[in-house]
Amino acid sequence: MKSSSDSFDVAIIGAGVSGANIARKLSAYELDVALLEKEVDVAFGTSKANSGIVHGGFHHNRKHLMARLEIQGNLMFDRLKAELDFPFERCGIVVAALHEDEMRAIEQLYMQGVDNGVIGIEMCSRERILELEPKLGPDTMGGLYAPGGGIVEPYRFVFSLVENAVKNGVSLMTKFCVESAFREGEVWTVRSADGRTIRARWVVNAAGLFADDVSKVFGAEDFEIKARKGEYYLLDRLTKAKPNRVVFPVPTSVSKGMLIIPTAEGTVLIGPTATGVIDKEDVATTRLELDTILKSARTMIPSILETDVITSFAGLRPVLGEDFYIDTSKKVAGFVQVAGIQSPGLTASPAIGEYVKEILKKDGLRLVEKADWDPFDHKVPRVKDLSPFELDELVKKEPSYGEIVCRCERVSEAEIVEAIKRGHDTLDGIKYFTRAQMGRCQGGFCTYKILKILMRETGMSYDEITKRGGTSAILRSEL
Amino acid sequence: MKELKFDAVVLGGGAAGMAAALELVSRGRSCAIIEREEQLGGILVQCIHNGFGLIEFNEELSGPEFAERFEEKVAKTGIVALCSTTVVEMEVEGEEKVLYCVSSARGVERIRSKVVVLAMGCRERNRGNIRIPGSRPSGVYTAGLAQRLVNIEGYVPGKDIVIIGSGDIGLIMARRMSWIGCKVHAVVEILPYPSGLTRNIVQCLHDFDIPLYLSHLTTDIYGRDRVEGVEITPIENGALMSEKSFKIPCDTVLLSVGLVPENELSKKAGVEINSMTNGPWVDSTLMTNVPGVFACGNVLHVHDLVDYVVEEARRAGAFAAEWLGGKKPGKELRVKAGSNVRYVAPSKVDATREGNKLYLRTLVVKNEAILEVKLDNRVVRTIKKGHVQPSEMIMLSLGKAELEAVAGPDPVLEISIH
Amino acid sequence: MSKDLVCITCPLGCRLSVELGADGEIAVAGNRCPRGAVYAREEFFSPKRVVTASARAAFADISTKAADGSQDLGRSLGERSSGAIGASIRRVPVRSTAPFPKELVADLLREIYALTVGIPVKSGAILISNALGTGIDVIATRTVR
Repeated sequence: MKSSSDSFDVAIIGAGVSGANIARKLSAYELDVALLEKEVDVAFGTSKANSGIVHGGFHHNRKHLMARLEIQGNLMFDRLKAELDFPFERCGIVVAALHEDEMRAIEQLYMQGVDNGVIGIEMCSRERILELEPKLGPDTMGGLYAPGGGIVEPYRFVFSLVENAVKNGVSLMTKFCVESAFREGEVWTVRSADGRTIRARWVVNAAGLFADDVSKVFGAEDFEIKARKGEYYLLDRLTKAKPNRVVFPVPTSVSKGMLIIPTAEGTVLIGPTATGVIDKEDVATTRLELDTILKSARTMIPSILETDVITSFAGLRPVLGEDFYIDTSKKVAGFVQVAGIQSPGLTASPAIGEYVKEILKKDGLRLVEKADWDPFDHKVPRVKDLSPFELDELVKKEPSYGEIVCRCERVSEAEIVEAIKRGHDTLDGIKYFTRAQMGRCQGGFCTYKILKILMRETGMSYDEITKRGGTSAILRSEL
Repeated sequence: MKELKFDAVVLGGGAAGMAAALELVSRGRSCAIIEREEQLGGILVQCIHNGFGLIEFNEELSGPEFAERFEEKVAKTGIVALCSTTVVEMEVEGEEKVLYCVSSARGVERIRSKVVVLAMGCRERNRGNIRIPGSRPSGVYTAGLAQRLVNIEGYVPGKDIVIIGSGDIGLIMARRMSWIGCKVHAVVEILPYPSGLTRNIVQCLHDFDIPLYLSHLTTDIYGRDRVEGVEITPIENGALMSEKSFKIPCDTVLLSVGLVPENELSKKAGVEINSMTNGPWVDSTLMTNVPGVFACGNVLHVHDLVDYVVEEARRAGAFAAEWLGGKKPGKELRVKAGSNVRYVAPSKVDATREGNKLYLRTLVVKNEAILEVKLDNRVVRTIKKGHVQPSEMIMLSLGKAELEAVAGPDPVLEISIH
Repeated sequence: MSKDLVCITCPLGCRLSVELGADGEIAVAGNRCPRGAVYAREEFFSPKRVVTASARAAFADISTKAADGSQDLGRSLGERSSGAIGASIRRVPVRSTAPFPKELVADLLREIYALTVGIPVKSGAILISNALGTGIDVIATRTVR
């Protein structure tokens, strides 16, 4: 592990879904790579609020880079799941039509899918689509089915990619907020707000919502990233309205519409909405938008109940133009832009990793494969996935697997300790890694236990523990 | 895998669980209690305020004292208390109930029994359940979590508090936070009347001059990393008066917006749930639709007083012991919630038995209320109740005299408040 | 002069009305038991409240001495386990043995917060005797081993 003042071959700014994939890809080569993240943990920007859909490859025309990368990326998920440790299911996507004109629009999607080379995509009659997805309402006229679509846990995906990248030598620097940069010869010097500096021959700008600011810092292209907020509701895992497939409506000009998503964790997400916002840190949910979500979701799946709702949240899409902007800068040397990665960003991200590697190679980065690259991330046993017999074996080896901390999601102390060992030392970081606090009681019972474990494992004092870094402290004082 | 066998297993070692287990062993049955936490006592352990035991012990005790009285009794019997143990699987295999539970000390054990008593209590409703929009800063807690942090762990979550919901837990915490030196700026209640016991309004709000905003909805929680304030909006004639919204700056929000019986395990075991109580459907012997599975305490329906929880739990234990002895209920009548009644539990009474206890809650606040019991549309009892309100549970005892004379195949007992 | 009160002696919460007569005596109406009349008198002339709180337990810190400096009751976190998560008990719940004069409650709380309760302690042990000269004690309400 290098210290922060060393030189790197490549510095990646932003440890979201794009940056994490690029880092992992580059970790397979004899390179010194730095992954810089301004938050206290990775995936804490847009990626954690992602719907988690691995898209079906029919929503975008292949003249767009995003469509080509979406299709390539989709196909890479099986291998990634085998190597890394994140939930992924190829459950399939249906796009449902509620009247005839919608069937016309869906046909266009179908043809685009065929044109893009999507395997197995089909147009469905009413009977066929109801057979594929029985939770759809009786008003459904028919639609489209893409068996290659799927669902993933976005934060576990990013955590695992970064875990593997770091295992293979990538230096992760969190709380590194890029403030200034200058180039001397072939080398960039990049300085963070807290005074740390690193040097790198290439810089990859994968800074999501703030890619425009970062670009300016480096004297590169001048563009504007606008934020478009998406609000979601999360439904109880016992809801009767859980679909088998990801359910899409016909898309609008602005977004793919409000969906019903059976998450990889077994819960259901409905949303997202799409509203432009000025403040790039405004992730507040609003009454108005949340009401539209329920209404819209019920037109597709009528059995959704208000009482199913566990919680709501929002994320911000980084909107640039009609397509991904992934290219070397034409203004400054040694700088690669990876900006405007909104939907299908997550799906495309493994392919983005590959694409950026190629860009860097063409730009002069020498790639020598590592002989000892280890693509595998050590899989953490999860108590909720085990049978009583498997659990018994595990507890005998490591007793803290038998201490259930989160009763709603059945998360053991051992899993929480593992999360902390991997650098997730905030309540949200632990939540995303283990699912503790995500269940029906939303942390009512387990939070105090997690606080105690954090203090014990990290030596943090009670007032240093935060929800997600910054000033999001949990406890003010001691009695 | 280690296997244990008992006549009865009680899930939950709080007041209900301990009382039911004590009753079972007093009738010669072998019994185990399975408890998630490190010690018995349930939620009482963190309820360090007084108000417990007036009826049970004729003394006014704090929660921990009440719990300890029962723990001492449990320790003197042959009840096997498995603490720090979580049930991971519950199955019904013919006559037997099979549970798998895990603990760090002993791994997974398989436990077989004829009877299971559900006594898992409840959980708190949270921000997500009531859908308060806004940002998601730190500093938002359920009142029970704050209670645990303050009373047991010794930490102060914040200094400037707003409490949403005038339920008892919120009121108790309004006093507790005031007593530890915090400033409680307001209690905000969506209904036109408070949800908690009147005595708590006096001791916890009036004593500290804490304003109570009735008929107000919390329409926003704001703050980037940590709570900075809430926005509340009055409701007039059923309409949200958005133009009259105002903000209350604070750094902490406590939610006391209701309790939900914890029936996750029950559902998985095939127990049917009554949507009015969110607890299992039970007959006159507090037995669920699964033979040999009984329910009592807050998991059955949310109680106000632990004294009544214990009384109900004893009865469940007694009924469970009788069931083990082969006793079945006599002629059962269906119980229905009539006018102005939110729910009645249990759902059946036994016409051949004395002392059928019914628990109910009204939908209304009324000062000169009359409780009316009708059997097949014929009034069999009226009781002057005086003041009633939804937050104060009403108990009713019915005997053979009222229930005997029935015609027809499906007699219905209807309880109303007028 | 009259006053409407809610009796807080038990959870029934009878609505009382208290009338102060010319002779300085009060008449109470609305109580369902004699304790209500007692409460009304008290509340009118000298309000009292039962005080409950938590006091710091002796081995909450790495090394602490008992209040009188007699012995080092220090334990490290995790050494004295109350369970698998392994942190020691930090607080002992306490209460006053009788309702305390309302105007002295703040002072009593200050005294309670200044306490360090030696462990082990039995439920019912007197931690403050004759608090603030009222003749009322403050006792521990939980046995901590």
